[in-house]
Amino acid sequence: MANPAGAPLVHAVNVMKSFHGNDVLKGIDMDVHKGQVVCLLGPSGSGKTTFLRCINQLETIDGGRIWVDGDLMGYADKGGVLHRLSDKAIAAQRRDIGMVFQRFNLFPHKTVLENVMEAPIQVKREPKKEVEQRAMELLAKVGLADKPAAYPGQLSGGQQQRVAIARALAMRPKLMLFDEPTSALDPELVGEVLTTMRELADTGMTMIVVTHEMGFARDVADRVVFMDGGVVVEEGPPSEVISNPQNIRTKTFLRRMTEGG
Amino acid sequence: MSTPAAGSGSPAPSAATVDRPGVINARPVRHPWRWVAIAVILVLVAMMISSLVTNPKWDFGFAFQIMQQTPVLEGLWKGTIFGTIASMILGVGLGVVLAVMRLSDNPVLRAVAFAYTWFFRAMPRYVLLAILGSLGFLYAQIRFGVPFGQQIASSLGLSTDLTFFGFSWNDISSTIWVGVIGLGLSEAAYMAEIARAGILSVDKGQDEAARALGMSSGQRMRRIVLPQAMRVIVPPTGNETIAMVKDTSLLTAVPVLTELYYQAYLFGQRGFKIIPGFVAATLWYLIICSILMVGQSYLEKYFGRGFGAIPKKTKEKLMKIEADH
Repeated sequence: MANPAGAPLVHAVNVMKSFHGNDVLKGIDMDVHKGQVVCLLGPSGSGKTTFLRCINQLETIDGGRIWVDGDLMGYADKGGVLHRLSDKAIAAQRRDIGMVFQRFNLFPHKTVLENVMEAPIQVKREPKKEVEQRAMELLAKVGLADKPAAYPGQLSGGQQQRVAIARALAMRPKLMLFDEPTSALDPELVGEVLTTMRELADTGMTMIVVTHEMGFARDVADRVVFMDGGVVVEEGPPSEVISNPQNIRTKTFLRRMTEGG
Repeated sequence: MSTPAAGSGSPAPSAATVDRPGVINARPVRHPWRWVAIAVILVLVAMMISSLVTNPKWDFGFAFQIMQQTPVLEGLWKGTIFGTIASMILGVGLGVVLAVMRLSDNPVLRAVAFAYTWFFRAMPRYVLLAILGSLGFLYAQIRFGVPFGQQIASSLGLSTDLTFFGFSWNDISSTIWVGVIGLGLSEAAYMAEIARAGILSVDKGQDEAARALGMSSGQRMRRIVLPQAMRVIVPPTGNETIAMVKDTSLLTAVPVLTELYYQAYLFGQRGFKIIPGFVAATLWYLIICSILMVGQSYLEKYFGRGFGAIPKKTKEKLMKIEADH
């Protein structure tokens, strides 16, 4: 690794983002160390998803800096002057960051196996044989060893989301981003996806998870970050933030969540 | 339960006679006007057939003869079919490029694509072909070389005019290639709009997922967006191809005379039987377009994979995998 031991894998300082004059992120600081699982909680519109998308440059930030594994995301710092990176250089930065979307976004015209194999072959130019073997192993790991020839449209939402996780893992990422991975699922399918994510966390993967699943955050997260109105309101171990929130906004949100569930 | 719920309007039958309603075997709604319509249509069709058979001026025998004449067949292959295929290849290729330009972040590319589409959609094909055929009056020689090469060379006193190669437009002005260029350039303007609609129809999440995997913009377009856009692009492109088959009859404007309609017309005229000439051309157009429609339905099935009905091959693969477990 390029950065010294102890340096965080994700180091975000004063991240700001606005859409058409509407400030969505108002200076977010966040450090995520290697092997940590961090859950981002908060009401909708609080900026959690936007922050996640800024990490892998799906959104460009207006202020602050984000480093992933020592690399400044989206810019080259030449003697204090920032130069925007080319699309190609940004694509290269994204290779090591896996992302799982709320609406799966599997490629519907490709089979499950082709979905998983696409990026390692096209982006990393790895040999097909090797990639296929690894893809089958990953599919077995997410419990879909019997579906490589199926098209995404033939799978349930939970199965599709597990394929999406396998697809992201096929690139051997250092960091996995989850954007509300269970919000679009029928309630009875949420469990299978959360189980897959738990297993992934157990392997020591660094994960940032935007979620409304309090049980998952409580059991799996090393740290939860509560966001509201574009700022971090409260953060700490789940035992503190979820069980004994200090901030009034956190308290209100958590009460609503538990009433709803 | 054998007793109906209390409070229901009908008198409760005794438990022994309860017979729950079974399969419905109702009388269908009658459609008397359908029969009237069928009768009217049958009479009209009978009148049409009778006129085709009894009016000797149709002369189908002669029409079939014309269909088989060598110049007509040559016009069919070298003019109509070749012209359609070549123009559509040029039109689709250039059209997709224009669509991608139109959707790019680069304002220069966007403006160029817009101007192109504007010009070639406004230009009637017949007029465009006539202009291209007469281009030799404007530019007798077409040269490829350094821009403003002649001016540069003369000001520097060079002996060469900085031209790499050139040809006389009049050498090609009456060939099918001029027709293909004209029809292809015109088609590209329409295909650009069709391809743009197709690209825009693909969910934004698809591009984002590919982006998150580190794919370049070219890879995303080629491997993820365009294959899905094809589902929307293919049906109107089939339409355009069929329209192109018929628009090859405009090649006479160039003038390119090795073309189905003109050759068939010529035979009818020479035999002083103009109608059989038209019939011969019509029948060939009907045959080609019917074949194209079959081809289109295959293409639609191919690009529809992963959507809707499961292809047979995938079904077999899935069953085999399930059987293995």
